Amino acid sequence: MANERGVSVVDPEVKVIVESEAKAVTKPETNPDINPQDTGDYEAIHSKSPLFYDLYERKSELKHQTHYCPGCGHGVVHKLIAEALQDLGVQDKTIFVSPVGCSVFAYYYFDVGNVQVAHGRAPASATGIKRSCPDKMVISYQGDGDLAAIGTAEIVHAANRGEKITVFFVNNGIYGMTGGQLAPTTLVGMKSTTSPWGRRPSNEGFPLHMAELLATLEAPAYIERVALSDSKNIMKARRAIRKALEIQRNGGGFSFVEILSPCPTIWGKDPVEARRWVLEKMTPTFPLNVFRDHQPEMPSGSKAEKVPPQHSVAEVLGITPLGITPKTGGTDASKPKHAHRFKDVKIKIAGFGGQGVLLLGQLLIEMGMREGLEVSWLPSYGPEMRSGSAHCHVCLSKERIGTPLISHPDVLVAMNEYSLKKFAHEVVSGGVILYNGASLPAGFSAPEVQVVAIPASEIADKLGSTKVTNIVLMGALLEETECLAPGTALSVLEDKVKKLDLLEIDRKALTAGRLFIDEQAHIGAVSQPDGFA
Amino acid sequence: MRQLCKGNVAVVKGAILAGCRGYYGYPITPASEIAEAAALYFPQVGGTFIQAESEVAAINMVYGAAAAGVRVMTGSSGPGLSLMQEGMSYLAGAELPCVIVDVMRGGPGLGNIAPEQSDYFAMVKGGGHGNYRNLVLAPASVQEMAEFTMLAFELADKYRNPAVILTDGFVGQMMEPLELEDREIQPPEKPWAVKGTPETRANLISSIFLETDELEDHQRKLEAKYIRAQEAETRYELCRTEDAEVLLVGYGIVSRVLLSTVEALRKQGVKAGLFRPITLWPYPSKALVEAASKRNVQKVLVVELSNGQMVEDVRLALNGKVPVEFYGRVGGNVPSVRELQEQVLSRIAVAV
Repeated sequence: MANERGVSVVDPEVKVIVESEAKAVTKPETNPDINPQDTGDYEAIHSKSPLFYDLYERKSELKHQTHYCPGCGHGVVHKLIAEALQDLGVQDKTIFVSPVGCSVFAYYYFDVGNVQVAHGRAPASATGIKRSCPDKMVISYQGDGDLAAIGTAEIVHAANRGEKITVFFVNNGIYGMTGGQLAPTTLVGMKSTTSPWGRRPSNEGFPLHMAELLATLEAPAYIERVALSDSKNIMKARRAIRKALEIQRNGGGFSFVEILSPCPTIWGKDPVEARRWVLEKMTPTFPLNVFRDHQPEMPSGSKAEKVPPQHSVAEVLGITPLGITPKTGGTDASKPKHAHRFKDVKIKIAGFGGQGVLLLGQLLIEMGMREGLEVSWLPSYGPEMRSGSAHCHVCLSKERIGTPLISHPDVLVAMNEYSLKKFAHEVVSGGVILYNGASLPAGFSAPEVQVVAIPASEIADKLGSTKVTNIVLMGALLEETECLAPGTALSVLEDKVKKLDLLEIDRKALTAGRLFIDEQAHIGAVSQPDGFA
Repeated sequence: MRQLCKGNVAVVKGAILAGCRGYYGYPITPASEIAEAAALYFPQVGGTFIQAESEVAAINMVYGAAAAGVRVMTGSSGPGLSLMQEGMSYLAGAELPCVIVDVMRGGPGLGNIAPEQSDYFAMVKGGGHGNYRNLVLAPASVQEMAEFTMLAFELADKYRNPAVILTDGFVGQMMEPLELEDREIQPPEKPWAVKGTPETRANLISSIFLETDELEDHQRKLEAKYIRAQEAETRYELCRTEDAEVLLVGYGIVSRVLLSTVEALRKQGVKAGLFRPITLWPYPSKALVEAASKRNVQKVLVVELSNGQMVEDVRLALNGKVPVEFYGRVGGNVPSVRELQEQVLSRIAVAV
């Protein structure tokens, strides 16, 4: 950082108002706090705003003067902001966000709450501050490299959200603090240490017009570009800065003032020349204008502005029930008592995305939890697309569950042929496979494993909805393994399924799945397992 | 009352109970449910949720909210955390408390969305520029996702430092029962914050110290804080280490697989034990040395979903006292219990 640059000027801003073109100065509103010295044609202000510290204690040396160079625009902008804040009476409620660049040390001077932030991120940090203290005044003060280069995304999105902050954008077309490199606002043909032949649009593109760019957005309330080129324009800048802050004080939307500002040191000009250069060279590229001056038009209608309901923390977090009490809650006295004849059961459920694979697993762990078991559910997660395969791992256990990842399941529910072939070999010896199909695929064999083919999709179709295929398989699973009580399944379904007609089909599906296994047992096609030891 | 909950959602529930009222984030698999749950819950309890334009913006919004003195958080996964590293350095430098969740996925680059533990270096050793530390907690269950998030807020405020929940896609995506106490925590007063009040007008939040001596003093102050944390905040879990001959070391989801592996090995007559670090920074080195220095311990096997990151801390802690071996799976693969059993058995056989 090149802070050693120019620290030799005392109060450059004093000169600004008393000097040249004083006659052109519109007489500002009288401010009793500033103790103006009325000289008739103009007003000379020699005192320092109480918004500034008396002595700049945060500086390590030369504590009575700023670190800005002679003729630098920052001093003027600081003064205008300080006076406006003072007149608005908001010193105690102001939070000033200092950026990276020459104004990184703005907190040396402003006697307000100060937050210094990362390069370009001031609008994001100001967002976090303003959202945390909505009734405070939050100012983001940025240079052109900070705002228009590294921080382009942050300023555009803060403006687009209509953050109720005020942004002062000091544009001098160059990187000052780092010693004169190309800025996004450097003029065409203007030399910098990184555009030694001048800015060539073929190589560096054209200057970025931030005020115009932000004015394409709907949310901002106020956007103006001003220039510190002469007293008349400085007075316009003064009014723009005040207006922007007033908008914020009155609870208005995003306000933005771009200030074309001299940088005599880097430009290699004396202060007077530099100011003239702002007018003659910068304003043709960056025309002075009010680009926006009205509160955003908020769309009406319920969809545009839905207010989130307010609830207690316990309700929102599901610690206490919200709204409707569950029809048969987990703590219901009618909680089915079920003898779990296992230490743990590991179930893998697999099929196509959209077959209710993950939901079936969730229903099983909900049941297990209600029956007082330890449970875990681990999905195969992927890009949110329907066409892929999906599977999940379900553990039901009487003890703390170690790995939730099941490499060798006791039970595999294969909802399609692909899953059957993919996962059958993982099933433990003596385990069970429930396959969604009228019969096993030709050539399929799984010795040491009990395989049951259940035409679950067909059964579900006949019941009126293919969607309940997973519930048919759940019925079969409960009947085949007796790992959980069918009564718990019913109460879980009653709580989870809101549509009554679908619930009715679910009930039938559960029963149909169980009956299918029963009948299979009767005709001797399948022997009953011994449960899980 | 127990409720079924996804790990990622449990993070948000814990945060709200901890009095966190600001969430600024950007979606990324496998962490998106954190942002979704925050978007749903925060506004209902008077909090703020903003979907930022990028992780860069998100972490700097967190910086602003933390500077204003509120409990605030963000969550993401590896690629997003890479973008947040600059902001994390600033947060640590400016001594701003916040909670950052990293639901790790496979890397480097875009990698994939399956679980890995390959952000250990980035989160535990720094990742951003400059001398700083993150407080890092590694939950292994849904319950811990909530509880450790609450603890992370407490530690972050206690040390005025970012705290990281370092977890992975499996813990983030899985569902387990969650039990929450109906007791909301009142965040502590933060007289140092910048709140736009007369009392805080003199306050400055900054990480810039231009004078070399000033910056050195600032860093000494941070170091002293880190030493205090190292002395007071290490957390770990032991399982069957009393008579263990093989000490398995793993955190997060791996510790769950190792827990099952220990049981399986014990059934086979192999005396295995588990040392599970809960705080990854500060690392529970003393406790690890103690567990590994027991007479019976012949070998330490570190298992990670990485090519060997935490193992460096284990080796540093044990300093050659016990042979330390490493087994890692990467790319999103998680070792099975059988696989780890075989790893242990083959290594014992070699040792004998």
